[in-house]
Amino acid sequence: MFEIKEKKELGKDLCQFRVHAPYIARRRRPGQFIMLRIYEKGERFPLTVSDADPESGDIWFIAMGIGKSTKLLNSLKEGDKIRDIVGPLGKPTPVKKHGTVACVGGGVGIALIYPLVKAYREAGNRLISILGARTKELLILEEEIRSNCDELIVTTDDGSYGRKGFVTDALRDLMEREKVDFVIAVGPVPMMKAVADLTRDRGIETMVSLNPIMVDGTGMCGACRVQVGGKTLFGCVDGPEFNAHEVDFDILMKRLSAYKPMEEESLRLFLAQGEGNTRVAGGE
Amino acid sequence: MPKELSPKERMAIPRHKMPEREPLERIKGFIEVNLGYTPELAMAEAQRCLQCKKPLCVEGCPVNIDIPFFIKLIEQGEFIEAARVIKRTNALPAICGRVCPQEQQCEKVCVLAKRGEPVAIGHLERFVADFEREQGEVKVETAGFTTGKKAAVIGAGPAGLTVAGELAKKGHEVAVFEALHAEGGVLTYGIPEFRLPNSVLEAEVDYVRRLGVEFITNFVVGKSATLDDLRAEGYQAFFIGSGAGLPNFMGIEGENLNGIYSANEYLTRVNLMRAYLFPEYDTPVIRGKHVAVIGGGNTAMDAVRTAKRLGAERAMIVYRRSREEMPARVEEVKHAEEEGIEFHFLTAPVRYLGDQHGWVKAMECIRMELGPPDESGRRRPVPIEGSNFTMEVDVVVVAVGVSPNPLIPRTHAGFKLGRRGEIVVDMNTLYTNVEGVFAGGDIILGGSTVILAMGDGRRAAHYMDLYLKGEFKP
Ligand SMILES: Cc1cc2nc3c(=O)[nH]c(=O)nc-3n(C[C@H](O)[C@H](O)[C@H](O)COP(=O)(O)OP(=O)(O)OC[C@H]3O[C@@H](n4cnc5c(N)ncnc54)[C@H](O)[C@@H]3O)c2cc1C
Ligand code: SF4
Ligand code: FES
Repeated sequence: MFEIKEKKELGKDLCQFRVHAPYIARRRRPGQFIMLRIYEKGERFPLTVSDADPESGDIWFIAMGIGKSTKLLNSLKEGDKIRDIVGPLGKPTPVKKHGTVACVGGGVGIALIYPLVKAYREAGNRLISILGARTKELLILEEEIRSNCDELIVTTDDGSYGRKGFVTDALRDLMEREKVDFVIAVGPVPMMKAVADLTRDRGIETMVSLNPIMVDGTGMCGACRVQVGGKTLFGCVDGPEFNAHEVDFDILMKRLSAYKPMEEESLRLFLAQGEGNTRVAGGE
Repeated sequence: MPKELSPKERMAIPRHKMPEREPLERIKGFIEVNLGYTPELAMAEAQRCLQCKKPLCVEGCPVNIDIPFFIKLIEQGEFIEAARVIKRTNALPAICGRVCPQEQQCEKVCVLAKRGEPVAIGHLERFVADFEREQGEVKVETAGFTTGKKAAVIGAGPAGLTVAGELAKKGHEVAVFEALHAEGGVLTYGIPEFRLPNSVLEAEVDYVRRLGVEFITNFVVGKSATLDDLRAEGYQAFFIGSGAGLPNFMGIEGENLNGIYSANEYLTRVNLMRAYLFPEYDTPVIRGKHVAVIGGGNTAMDAVRTAKRLGAERAMIVYRRSREEMPARVEEVKHAEEEGIEFHFLTAPVRYLGDQHGWVKAMECIRMELGPPDESGRRRPVPIEGSNFTMEVDVVVVAVGVSPNPLIPRTHAGFKLGRRGEIVVDMNTLYTNVEGVFAGGDIILGGSTVILAMGDGRRAAHYMDLYLKGEFKP
């Protein structure tokens, strides 16, 4: 059982949690994730560890309420308990000095690039972040990221904030303007694919963090299969980060949609139950 | 007490069938198929044993249970005592009675097998273990002292559970680290409820816990902490029982289409995560109409019978060899047939065909014929050129074997590994080439059996005990 020590709302249905998990805190490196199961009947799902303090033994993670599990998590309060947390899983990001690094985050992906922004900056890179959101209200972690990078570019689809357009427009202009040595993209699959297409022609090394469906998260089931460079790899142990130019995004997208109708049903039932069901967490 | 029977009278008694639930009833859910012997049936079956002077059955048993002795006790109605006799060499009889391939072990060599049907040793083992548990008479013999030595067991499968229990009985402080949120290994995530009810497993785990063993779930050794970290925490001896959890795929075209599962994923969703109770439980599973399971082992049987229970109209085994070569337990094949499972022998998939949304819709297969024996001693299947045909499927479960879990060797340098990634040990002591580390079960054998994993566990515990006491210096 893991008690929620602190909960912070970062945005609409976007929450940051702090729990005490000393083993994970000690060994976690940027890019790694945990698997959670909130209550006895819950599913196992991955979340990136956004920060960790080996001294206090605390870890932080951020959840965007999209399906039942993340909405249930976000409905928990400080003092509530999460039944299972295991990690840190996946390969750590091979952070190193490239020169100029562009970190591109879209939607929830912004929460995932935040720890990478910090790590690559600390490794001595010149860091430029490009954050994209549909509209101003959905933009998250702007100040946190701004204070950790050399330049921040914001785009919104509707132009309500920053530059109107997509992150790829901003990235293209950036690459025209100056030499970029390494690109990291995390966000919706179409966004990552578009970034990969853009940097492939220019021969700029690009890394994406994939979010395939997972069950165990330790390499035991193969639910997380991704096709990279023509080979089948397991997202949870071989990733979650891969060379963007080798990822088959079409297969990823299709596999991510495999349980859509069931996920919708689960969410519908959860929402229909209303507030009362949050009591199940940590309990039977 | 019944009168002493003559061997002739004993041999005249036909083998007593295991009472079972009707196929049409049982495929509606996941309830256990076998109902177990009643005390009367067990005593009657026990009368068939000839009490051989040189019992071949004991030799056939990988852990050499004193079979004639426990059967004698059953005949006399001393069920609890019979259970204790088994437990001297087998820590998990309720499980082994259900899942051991007896027809390849003790029952295969039972003298009665030559003339007719062997004594139902497995059914009897199961009976006494269940009897003991249901009477609530499971006696826990704790050491009553502590040696002050600490041992770490990695993996809570049958191998790890056995080591942990044995070491605790010898007074050592034992912690079991398990990656998943539940104990049991394959027994929990793989073998379905209809063959091994969770309550049986829980009782066994509880027994080990009451011996004083601490279970630490949600802990992946190599990730949450390395072996060296644990050493620094004061653990002096280690047992790696991390199993063969890496699913093999065939590497054929279309294998990543939606609807194609590894057996591990399919069974984990249904057993560990209870997907058959979706949406009450949150984990979903695709319920196919036409489900093909590739393989012929116990895993394949479990998967195909699971598919049937999830409502498949056609639940099919597709196996590249013939019936005789199937490694599955005979009872599972029989049950599968009764439940309307289709068997396609000498058939193998060559590629999967998908629709535009990425879902599998058909499978192209090729027919095989059996050539000369291969290294496994079974006749090698050879494809018949031009025999390709397609089968309509909407779910495929790939059950073509597993490989040793690579996690520990990947996160701790220096382990000597075999050709398939198995950890190499001294077969007598189960000692690896790394200081203080023993290993056993599927991690050294590749996919094997519960009883062999358990046997390894017992042997390893013996040498670990000596090692901890400074009496075994490798
Ligand atoms: C579906 C299926 C049906 C089967 N049916 C039968 C049968 O009828 N009869 C029979 O005899 N055998 C059967 N088998 C085989 C049998 O289950 C195995 O041989 C046996 O379970 C092996 O035991 P083990 O303890 O070595 O490993 P496992 O049971 O595989 O247990 C290993 C455990 O270690 C954990 N682990 C792995 N790595 C780590 C780590 N780094 N840190 C912490 N924990 C870790 C795993 O999560 C797992 O719980 C079947 C197997 C399957 C898959
Ligand atoms: S071989 Fe058969 S008959 Fe002989 S002791 Fe064993 S179980 Fe009994
Ligand atoms: S999630 Fe099961 S192998 Fe990756």
